[in-house]
Amino acid sequence: MSPSPEVKNPPELEFGNAWEYAAAPESVKVDIADKYGMFINGAFVAPMSRKYMDTINPGNEEVLSKIAVANEDDVERAVAAAKAAFPKWKRLKASERAKYLFRIARRLQERAREFSVLETLDGGKPIKESRDVDIPEAVKHFFYHAGWADKLDYAFPGRKGRPLGVCAQIIPWNFPLLMAAWKIAPALACGNTVVLKPAETTSLTALRLAEIFVEVGLPPGVVNIITGAGDTGAALVAHKDVQKVAFTGSTAVGKAIAQECAGSGKRLTLELGGKSPNIIFEDASLDQAVDGIVQGIFFNQGHVCCAGSRLFVQEGVMQEVLAKLEVRMQSLRVGDPMDKNTDLGAINSLGQLATIKRYLEVGEAEGAQRHQPSVKLPKRGYYLPPTWFTGVQPSHTIAREEIFGPVLSVMSFRTPEEAIARANNTPYGLAAGIWTDKGSKIFDIASRLKAGVVWCNTYNRFDAASPFGGYKQSGFGREGGRQGLLSYLELV
Amino acid sequence: MTRITVDKVAVEARAASFTTRSIKQSAKLQGLGMVVAMTDLTTLEGKDSAEKVRALCRKAICPDPALKSVPSVAAICVYPRWVAEAKAQLVGSGVSVASVATAFPSGQVDLKTKLRDVEDAVKAGADEIDMVIHRGAFLSGDYTVVSDEIRATKIACGAAHLKVILETGELETYDNVVVASELAIEAGADFIKTSTGKISPAATMPVTLVMLEVIRRHFLSTGQMIGMKPAGGIQTAKQALHYLVMVKETLGDAWLDPKWFRFGASSLLNDVLLQLHRQETGTYTATYDVTES
Repeated sequence: MSPSPEVKNPPELEFGNAWEYAAAPESVKVDIADKYGMFINGAFVAPMSRKYMDTINPGNEEVLSKIAVANEDDVERAVAAAKAAFPKWKRLKASERAKYLFRIARRLQERAREFSVLETLDGGKPIKESRDVDIPEAVKHFFYHAGWADKLDYAFPGRKGRPLGVCAQIIPWNFPLLMAAWKIAPALACGNTVVLKPAETTSLTALRLAEIFVEVGLPPGVVNIITGAGDTGAALVAHKDVQKVAFTGSTAVGKAIAQECAGSGKRLTLELGGKSPNIIFEDASLDQAVDGIVQGIFFNQGHVCCAGSRLFVQEGVMQEVLAKLEVRMQSLRVGDPMDKNTDLGAINSLGQLATIKRYLEVGEAEGAQRHQPSVKLPKRGYYLPPTWFTGVQPSHTIAREEIFGPVLSVMSFRTPEEAIARANNTPYGLAAGIWTDKGSKIFDIASRLKAGVVWCNTYNRFDAASPFGGYKQSGFGREGGRQGLLSYLELV
Repeated sequence: MTRITVDKVAVEARAASFTTRSIKQSAKLQGLGMVVAMTDLTTLEGKDSAEKVRALCRKAICPDPALKSVPSVAAICVYPRWVAEAKAQLVGSGVSVASVATAFPSGQVDLKTKLRDVEDAVKAGADEIDMVIHRGAFLSGDYTVVSDEIRATKIACGAAHLKVILETGELETYDNVVVASELAIEAGADFIKTSTGKISPAATMPVTLVMLEVIRRHFLSTGQMIGMKPAGGIQTAKQALHYLVMVKETLGDAWLDPKWFRFGASSLLNDVLLQLHRQETGTYTATYDVTES
C-alpha cells in the first residue's frame, strides 16, 4: 500500500535560510556634488542667504550633499524669473510646449537608472520601487501631459482654458521626483510657469531634473527650483506675484496655507493626508486580498498619503486573514534600500521615525496588540519593522490619525452597512479599497464611500490619466487626467 | 462553506513580483543545483526508443561529466512501455522512474484501461505515476467521477507516488484550478502537477502560485505536505529560479526539496548546465559543449 502521508504537527511554515538570497546591491554609481545651489532662470545659482543644509541618506545616515536654504530674497528672485518668463511661454505655440514636455519625458526615461539610484539614496525607498514605480510613473506623467498641451481646446467643450501665471508648488518627501512631475507637467502643459520647492530631506532628484530642463533647452525661468524648509515654503506661498499655489503634504501645513491664501485671489489646490480604509469582505479572494493589504500599507514604508492604513475585515474571515497576513509578512524583506531584493527600505528621516515610534507606544497604551515579524535591521540608518495592530477600536488614536509609516490598524465589521459607516467615519477621504469577488457589491459600496479614489480588488495603482485627490481634510482639487488640468487653467 | 476564489489580475501581479527578485552569486549557484536535483527529465514522444531512453538515463545520473558537483536529477519521466528499460539503467543510481499513465495525455479511455496502464507501469518498476484527470467530466461538473478515478488510480499505484496532472490549460480559469487541486489532494494525490506539456498554455507562474496556495491551505489545516510539479514551458534557468523564489516565499524552506517540488522539463536541464559552466568558468559555453540527452 501507499506510504502514509507525512503529517507535521502543529503545521507551521518555516521561512528560514535554506536558500538565502545573496546581496544584490544596485551597482550603478551616481555622481553627487558636494553642494547644490538653486535652479533659477535656467541656471544653478548660489543662495543669497548663503546658507546650506545637509541632506542625508536615511539608509545609512551618511551626509550625501548640502543643499541651499532659500530665504525671502531667493524666493523673490525665483518668482521674478517665473513672472518674466510667463508672457512668452504663454504665447508659445501649444505644439511647441508639447515638444518640450516630450523631450523631458524622453530624457528622463534615458536617465531612469541614475534617477532611481539617486531617489533611493536620498529618500530611503527600496531601489525596486524607485526603479519600477517612481521614475516610470514620473516619465508617464510628462508623456501624458505632453499629449494634452495642444489639445486643451477640446478638454472642456464650449470653453477655453487660459493659463494662470506663476504657480508655487510645494511637494512632499515620499515620492520626490514623481510629485515634482505631478506638479510641473500639467502646469507647463497649460502654459504656466513654475517655482517648485521640494521637501528639505529629498531635494536631489528635483535638482537633477533641472539638469534635464537645461539639456532640452527649456526657456529660462519657465521652471525654477528653490530648496529649503518650511520658512522657504511660507515665503513662496505669501509672494504677491504667485497666482496659484499647489501643495501636497500634511493636513496641518495645508490648513496654514489655506489661511494664508484666503482673500488673496490665489488659486489653491491641496492634496493632504489620509487614513484610508481597506475593506475585505468574506467573499473576497483572500490570498490576493492579503497581498493587497501588504501593497496598501507597506508600499514605500507606508509613506503614502493614500496608504490603506485602516484594515476592515469581515468578522467571519478575520482569523483566516490574520493568519495569512502573518505568513505573508515572514517573506517581506526589510533592510538596505539599495539591495534589489529589499521590499521595505528606510524611514525617510529621524524625525519621522520618532513620530511613528510614538504612535506605536500610543497604540499599545490604548490597548491594541502590536505584531511585528522578526527581522534583522541594519545597524545604521532609520529602520522600523513592518507593524500591524489587532484589537484596534475605531476610537483609538492609531485608527484616527495619519501615522505615515508601515503601521496597520486592523478592525472588523459584520455587514456592508457597518463597513461603509466605519470606513467613512474619518476626517479624511483620500482613498479606499474594496475586496470582494462579487461585482454588484463593488458598485454599491464604491459609490457610497467618501473617498477620492476607490480601488476594487487592487490597491495603490496609479495612472496619469486617472484623477487623484481627496474629500474632507484630505484636500481639494485633482491631479492627473482631464480633471487635473482644471487646477492650472482659468476657463473662459 | 464558501468556495475559494482567485482574483486573476492580483494573482498574476503577485506571480510577476517574484520575477523581480535578483538571484546572484552563491544564491544562483545553490539555486541552479536545486533545479537540477528537482528535475523530472522527460521524454514523451511518439518517436521514443530504447536507445533514446538509455541516453536519457545516463544524462539523468550524470547530467554533465565536466561539472562534478552537479547532482543527479530527481527522476526520468517516460511512457509505461519504457519503464522496464529505464529501471534497468537506473538501478542503484538514486534516480527514480516516473511514468505517465492513465492514457496520457488525453485520458480518453475507460477507467479499466487507465488502471491497467497504471498497473503495467508499476509492475515494470515505476516509482512514481503521473496520471491525468478526466477533464471532460470536470468541466461538466461531474466532480465525483474525477475524484473516484483518482482514488482508484491511487490504489492501483500501490507504493508508487501519485502525481495528479490537472491540465490547467484546459481548465482555463484559476477558480477551476483551485477546485481541481482540492479534489486531487482530497482523493489522495502525493503531488499535484500543472500540465501534460502537450497543451498550451502549460505551466505558468500564476497557475503554479494558485496551486501552491491550495497546498499551503491544506498543509495549514491538516499538517500534511503535498508536492508540486509545474510541467511544460519552463525552458530557461532564469525561469526555473523564479519558480523557486515563488516556492520559497509561498511555502517556505520545507518545499525547497526534490521530495516536494519538481520541474517537469526536457530542455531546461541543458540551459541550467550552461549557466553552471558560466558560474564556474566565468565564460559562456556553446550549446554543443553540453550533451544531448
